[in-house]
Amino acid sequence: MDKKIVEVKNLRKGYNEVTAVDNLSFEIYENEIFGMVGPNGAGKTTTIECVEGLRNKDSGEIKILGLNNPETDGDLKTKIGIQLQESSLPERIKVREAMEMFSSLYPRTIDWKDLLAKLNLTEKVNSYFRELSGGQKQRLFIALALINDPELLFLDELSTGLDPQARHTMWDLIRDIRNEGKTIFMTTHYMEEAERLCDRVAIIDRGKIVALDTPQNLVQSLGKEMRVIFSLENDFPLENFKKIEEVTEVEKIGDRIVVHGEGEEFVYRVISLLMSNKMKFREIKIEQPNLEDVFLALTGEKIRE
Amino acid sequence: MEKFFKIFTIEMKLFFRDFTSTFFTLGMPIMLLLLFGSIYGNKPTPVFGGLGSVDVSVPADFAIIIVVAGIMNLPITIVSYREKKILKRFRCTPMNPSMILFAQFVLNILVGFFGAAVLILLGKLIYGLRFPGSIFQTALAFLLSCASIFSLGFFLASILKTVRSVSAVSFILYFPMIFLSGATLPSEFLPKGILKFSQFLPLTHVVNLLRGIWAGKSWGLFNKEIIILVGIMIFSVLISIKIFRWE
Repeated sequence: MDKKIVEVKNLRKGYNEVTAVDNLSFEIYENEIFGMVGPNGAGKTTTIECVEGLRNKDSGEIKILGLNNPETDGDLKTKIGIQLQESSLPERIKVREAMEMFSSLYPRTIDWKDLLAKLNLTEKVNSYFRELSGGQKQRLFIALALINDPELLFLDELSTGLDPQARHTMWDLIRDIRNEGKTIFMTTHYMEEAERLCDRVAIIDRGKIVALDTPQNLVQSLGKEMRVIFSLENDFPLENFKKIEEVTEVEKIGDRIVVHGEGEEFVYRVISLLMSNKMKFREIKIEQPNLEDVFLALTGEKIRE
Repeated sequence: MEKFFKIFTIEMKLFFRDFTSTFFTLGMPIMLLLLFGSIYGNKPTPVFGGLGSVDVSVPADFAIIIVVAGIMNLPITIVSYREKKILKRFRCTPMNPSMILFAQFVLNILVGFFGAAVLILLGKLIYGLRFPGSIFQTALAFLLSCASIFSLGFFLASILKTVRSVSAVSFILYFPMIFLSGATLPSEFLPKGILKFSQFLPLTHVVNLLRGIWAGKSWGLFNKEIIILVGIMIFSVLISIKIFRWE
């Protein structure tokens, strides 16, 4: 079994009698990317900040990097790196100054110039914080979180506010950081991000973990059902699809037809049926289940953006 | 110590990069000195006990520096650092975030001393400023005033949560304090009613103490001022420690 970096048992935390996190237990292993996904307000930030030691838990146990009291053990902060969901720096601090200042706070650091180069910020070294774009600010905060060469990196809603291209660049970067041997604990409300990036995912809803596994296993737990979605130029009785053995369900949503089914020949049979009847189809799309569907199946709700 | 020096240096650069704080703390008192100096000159007069107008307005201008640093710079910076979650970011490091507050405190005191030195220098060069008291005693009175007014600023930063509210309160306190405490217009020229009201302004006691010690009077004459300033400090610090939040 891999080495456990974080162990959380029966964590509970509430604010003014509203329970934010209820009896959570999970573990994080060395060198994995562990993700916590769920809608805003599900309790992700509360959980991650309790583990970081920024918030006091009401009850439960947290063991992190061999330490039992993240709230009080000052030594912990030298071994972890934190990217907060929401933070900023003084408007007129230069990137260089921020790196120098945060470097001076740790007993052991890596060269911040190398870090900036890796994060593609070298040419911004003399820019003020307020002149940076959203993506650059986010990368600077990751640089600050890596400045002490931490064993464990926390990323809270890493890609919120980034455009899709910046988000993909960020994902590559996080994979590189993991490949250097670090362990990552991240939260996100983007199911796609969790699916592409995380080795294991805890799905959290209303302060409770409703599922915890690899993204592949979570998706497979839904069965192997696929969907073929298309629209037709002419009418075609939906019953005809049900004659195909592999089809489980047919729906009409607006002017689009959604055929559910499974099996290797399923897609082929649906399309052959259309072609043999000389039906013209448009905008055809084949969908396989993803984490979004897992969340829907487990909670009965769509994840809120 | 190295950490503190690094943080202090950067906070100092940030201070001087901000036009508003630099102008109100250092520029305004200089402008007031030049304005009143050019109107009234610095001839000795019995109204000021044998001193000139500039001789009494320089120590009063010190009070303006102290109130801008303590009631505006300090609480607005601290609240904006909290509101923008900069303090929270420092909590993610091994450093005790109090160091930021301490750096701000020291920075504003040093800026205050710098501003006071500039006023003395300009007063001497342009108006032949008279300084009957001792530099050391005056510096001590200046420090006591900073400690008291800065604590009040820290108290504001503890009870007010947003930059908007703390800026509004700062300005509301700032204007009556600089005009009615004797810091701009000497108290000798203020009507009786206003003098009564001004007893409720902390800055009035700062002005009285600084002017007195500057003029070479003994500390024993200012027991009331000292008690009030120390009282404000103790009250503010105790309440702040109890209610200050990093987030």
